[in-house]
Amino acid sequence: MSQLSIYIHWPFCEAKCPYCDFNSHVRKSINQEEWTKSYISSLKYWAQKFPKSKINSIFFGGGTPSLMSDRAINEILSTIYKHWSIPSDIEISLEANPTSSESKKFKSYSASGINRLSLGVQALNDKDLKKLGRLHTAKEARNAFDIASCNFNRVSFDLIYGRQYQTLKNWESELLDAIKMTMGHLSLYQLTIEDNTRFGQLFSKGKLRGLPEDVSSVEFFNLTQKVCEANDLHAYEISNHCKKGQECKHNLTYWRGKPFLGVGPGAHGRVDINKKRYMTEAPSNPELWLNQVQNSEFKNFKFEQISHTAHAEEYIMMSLRLKEGMNINHYTNLAKDELPNDKVKQLIIEKLITLENNILKTTKTGKLLTNYIIRQLLC
Amino acid sequence: MAKFENIRNFSIVAHIDHGKSTLADRLIQLTNTVASRDMKEQILDSMDIERERGITIKANTVRLNYISKSGSEYILNLIDTPGHVDFSYEVSRSMKAVEGSLLVVDASQGVEAQTLANVYTAIDADHEIITVLNKVDLPAADCDRVAEQIEDVIGIDATDAVKISAKTGIGVENVLEAIVNKLPCPSGDIERPLKALLVDSWYDAYLGVVVMVRVKDGRLKKGDKILMMQTGATFTIDKVAVLKPQMENIEFLGPGEIGVFTASIKQVRDTRVGDTITLDRDQCIEPLTGYKPSQPVVFCGLFPVDSSEFEVLRSSIEKLALNDASFSFEMETSAALGFGFRCGFLGLLHLEVIRDRIEREYSIELITTAPSVIYQIFKTDGSMLELHNPADMPDAVKIDHIKEPRIKATILVPDEFLGDVLKLCQDRRGIQNDLTYAGARAMVVYDLPLNEVVFDFHDRLKSVTKGYASFDYQITGYSADQLVKMQILVNDEPVDALSTMVHRARSEARGRVMCEKLKELIPQHMFKVPIQASIGGRIIARETISALRKDVTAKCYGGDMTRKRKLLDKQKAGKKRMRQFGRVEIPQEAFIKALKTNE
Ligand SMILES: Nc1nc2c(ncn2[C@@H]2O[C@H](COP(=O)(O)OP(=O)(O)OP(=O)(O)O)[C@@H](O)[C@H]2O)c(=O)[nH]1
Ligand SMILES: C[S@@+](CC[C@H](N)C(=O)[O-])C[C@H]1O[C@@H](n2cnc3c(N)ncnc32)[C@H](O)[C@@H]1O
Ligand code: SF4
Ligand SMILES: [Mg+2]
Repeated sequence: MSQLSIYIHWPFCEAKCPYCDFNSHVRKSINQEEWTKSYISSLKYWAQKFPKSKINSIFFGGGTPSLMSDRAINEILSTIYKHWSIPSDIEISLEANPTSSESKKFKSYSASGINRLSLGVQALNDKDLKKLGRLHTAKEARNAFDIASCNFNRVSFDLIYGRQYQTLKNWESELLDAIKMTMGHLSLYQLTIEDNTRFGQLFSKGKLRGLPEDVSSVEFFNLTQKVCEANDLHAYEISNHCKKGQECKHNLTYWRGKPFLGVGPGAHGRVDINKKRYMTEAPSNPELWLNQVQNSEFKNFKFEQISHTAHAEEYIMMSLRLKEGMNINHYTNLAKDELPNDKVKQLIIEKLITLENNILKTTKTGKLLTNYIIRQLLC
Repeated sequence: MAKFENIRNFSIVAHIDHGKSTLADRLIQLTNTVASRDMKEQILDSMDIERERGITIKANTVRLNYISKSGSEYILNLIDTPGHVDFSYEVSRSMKAVEGSLLVVDASQGVEAQTLANVYTAIDADHEIITVLNKVDLPAADCDRVAEQIEDVIGIDATDAVKISAKTGIGVENVLEAIVNKLPCPSGDIERPLKALLVDSWYDAYLGVVVMVRVKDGRLKKGDKILMMQTGATFTIDKVAVLKPQMENIEFLGPGEIGVFTASIKQVRDTRVGDTITLDRDQCIEPLTGYKPSQPVVFCGLFPVDSSEFEVLRSSIEKLALNDASFSFEMETSAALGFGFRCGFLGLLHLEVIRDRIEREYSIELITTAPSVIYQIFKTDGSMLELHNPADMPDAVKIDHIKEPRIKATILVPDEFLGDVLKLCQDRRGIQNDLTYAGARAMVVYDLPLNEVVFDFHDRLKSVTKGYASFDYQITGYSADQLVKMQILVNDEPVDALSTMVHRARSEARGRVMCEKLKELIPQHMFKVPIQASIGGRIIARETISALRKDVTAKCYGGDMTRKRKLLDKQKAGKKRMRQFGRVEIPQEAFIKALKTNE
C-alpha cells in the first residue's frame, strides 16, 4: 500500500509577527464549524483521489492551529481515520503558540489523537519576545511547555536566534536553558529577514539594527551546533536537533522527497500518480479557499505534473539539508541524468561535500553553504 | 501636374513631445487623407519602437490634398520630424526638401532646447516659419507668455501665431489656411534636365530600397535611367509614387514635388542622402549642395549574452544596417565578453533604440559595454590614431597627447534649478560660455567634453531639475586634455570591457566609485575577490569582496519547495548571464551599472 502524509494548514493567528511571511492572517472572528466542514470536504476529495493509502503522519501547521477548537481537530482527525488506513505508530503533530488560553486545549487535543506538540516559544526572555512581536511571556511559555509535557509524549519547541543585539554569550546560556527543558527535540532557526514583512521593510530602510553581520552569523550557527551536539541533540537537519529516534517523521517526509497531501488555504502538496510526480496548491486567500471548497470547485486548485528534472531538483534541495544526505542513485533515477561530475569533484576538493557509497553529504563547512552547493550542482 | 502656386512643402519642427506628430494626425484627418477607420494616434510613427516609446525617430512624409477657404485646390507635402537631439540630422535634411516650417511650441511649456536648435536649422535653410502654439486645451497653457518668449529668445514675430490643440482639433483649420497663405510656393523648370535631391531612403522588405526625393527641375518617371551624381551609380526606375501615407503610384514627379521611387537598389548604403539625382542620358550641369553625412559619435560594444548567438547577432546587425546608414559596426573581441561588435551611434537614444530592436526583433539578449567617444591619440612618431575603444589604447610611452571631442551644450532650465545645473556642468569639466534669461528660465551655454555627457549626463540633468531642464548639443571640435586610461582589475586580472578613458584629475574619485559599485554587483565567491582601479600600473582605488561563508536557508518545509525551485530557475537564468573571468563570475549588468555615478 502506498504511503502518504497529510499537512493541514490553519491560516489564522492572533497577531501577525513582524518577521513572519507565512500564509497567516488575523481575523476578528472565525466560524469554526464552517471551516471544519470545509476541511472535511477537502479531505474527502483527496480520499477519493488517493483512497488506498497508509497515512504515516499528520501535521497541523499554520498560522496558529492551536487556535482551532478541540472539536474541529477531533472531527478532522475522525475524517482521516475513517477514510484511510492508520498505522498504530502514526505521528500526529500540532503547532501551538504558548499562551495560557491555548494550553487549556492540550488535554482534549491529546484525546483526539494528537501525539506530538511543537511549541512556538521563540525566546526565553521577555525583552526579546516583545521585540519579536510575540503575545506571550517567557513564563507563560514555560508553563505551556509543562502542561504540554503532561499531555503528550513528544513535545518540541522552536527558538529564533540571531536576534537584534543578541550576543553569542546570551544565546549560549538561553540555549542551555532550553536544553534543560527539552524532551528531546528542538527547532532552532536563525532569524531570516523576509521581504514582505515588517522586519523586511525596516531592514531595507536600514532601520533594523543590531543584527549579526556575516561573520558573527556563522559563529551563531556554529555555536548552536556545538552546544546541541555536546548535549546529545543531533542536528538531523539544518535547523532541527533531537535525541536519537525523536526526529519529526512528518518533516522527514518533505526532506526525503516523499509524497504528502496539502489541505487548507495555500497548502502545497506533492503526490505521485503512475510514478509521475504532481504538485498541488490551494488558493492562499482564506476566504477564497473557503468559498471554493464550499462550492466544490477543486478543479480550480493547482494540480500539475512536474518534470522529472524538477522532481530531481526538489529531491536535492530538500535532502541535502539532512545529516543523512542524499542518495545519488535515487537522483539519477529521477533526473534520468547524472550529477555533473566536475562540479561534484570540485565541491569535494573544496571540502564542502563528501561522497561515500553513493551517499552525498554536506561537511561541517558545507552545511553553512548548502544553497551554494545546490547552485553549483544544479545551475 | 499641379501649378507651383498650388503646391506647398513644409516640415513640422519642435522640441520633443510638443505635439508635431499629433498635429500631423489632425492635418491628415482634416484633409481626409486617411479613412477615419484607418486612423490612429501618431499615424506617421509607424515603427514599433516609435509607437512604444511615443516618439518620432525617423522623419516621415505625407501628401495631403486641401481645398482652401478661397476654393483653390492645393497639394501639401508635409514632413514630420523627430524632436530628440540624436535625430537632429533627420531635421536638417528634411529642411532642404521644403520651403517652410511649422514651429510647434507647447503653450504650457514654452521654448525648450530643441525648439531653439530646430528653429535655427529652419532659419538657416531660409524657411518661412509659421508659429503654432499647441496644447491650448491644457489649463497650464499660457499663449501670451509663450508668444513673448518666442519673440525674446528666438527673435521671430509671434503676433500671428496660430493657437491650437492638436489633441482636440481646436484651431487646426487655421494652420491649413496659414500654410497656403503664408508659405512660399516652390519653383523650378520642368523643361530642364532632371535635378532631384535624395532626401531619405529606407529598406522595405517587399520593395527593396525606397528612395525619397524632392524634384527641383525636370521630371522623374518609371523606366528612366537615373544617375546618382556623387556615387556615379545608375539605376532604372521601377515605380514612382507619393505617400498618402501609403504608397500611391503616379505617372511622374515634377518640379516642386516630393515623392518616392524604387529602382532595384539592394541596400540603403548604395544611396547617399543629399546626393543629386539626374537622368543618365540628359544630365543636369550643377549638382545641388548636399548634406554633410551624419557621423556616429558614441561607440559601445554589443555582445551576445549567450556566446553561441554571435552569428545571429551578426546577421541581425547587418539587417538593421540595411535600413540605418547612420549606425556603424565592426567586429570586436574581448577577453571578458568573447565575440561581439563595436558599434557607433548618433547618440545614446539611438544606441538604446538599436539595442532594443536587436533584442526584440531578433530575440538576442545583449551585453552593452560602456559608451565611449572617439579620441584622437597623437603618437610620439607623429601619427594620429582614432580610438573608438579604450581597450585598444596604445602603450603610454608611445603617446604624445590625446584629444577629445567637445560640444556646445545649450540648456534651458527654470531659475530655481540653475545652481544645480551649473554645478553639474562644472563637475563635468564644463566651461561656461553664456548665461541669459528669458522670463523665469535661464539659458546656459556650456563647452563640455562629449565623454562627460554621453553616459549619464542627461539622466543626471533630469534628476537634478526634476525633469524641467531641456538640453541640446552640437559637436564643436577636438581639444587636448589630461586623459588617461583607467583599468579595472578583478582578482588581479584586468577586465578589458571595464576600461574607460577618464580625466586625470577625476580618475581617483571615479576609480573609487567604480570599485564600490563592482563590490555590490559581483556576487561573493568562495574566496576573497580584490577589485582595483589602476592607471598605468598604479593602483588608485581598491575594494575587496569577502569570501562567501554562509548561504543556507533556515526553514525549508513542504510549502517552500515550489518557491525554492522557482528561485533556482531564476538563478539558472542568472548564471547564463554571468561572464566567467578567470575564477570570478561577473554578472553582465555589471559592465554598464559599474559606470553609473550617483554623485
Ligand atoms: N493635452 C494635449 N496633449 C497633446 C496635444 N498635442 C499633443 N499632445 C500630447 O503630447 C504628447 C506628445 O505628442 P507627439 O505628437 O507624439 O509629440 P512629438 O512632438 O511628435 O514628439 P517627438 O516626435 O518625440 O519629438 C502625446 O501624449 C500627445 O497626446 C494637445 O494639443 N493637447
Ligand atoms: C510557521 S511558524 C508557525 C508556528 C506558530 N504560529 C508560532 O509562531 O509559534 C513555524 C516557526 O517558524 C519560525 N519562523 C517563522 N518565521 C521565521 C523567520 N523569519 N526567521 C526564522 N524563523 C522563523 C518560528 O520559529 C516559528 O515557530
Ligand atoms: S510566526 Fe506564527 S504566530 Fe506569528 S504570524 Fe507567523 S504563524 Fe502567526
Ligand atoms: Mg513625433
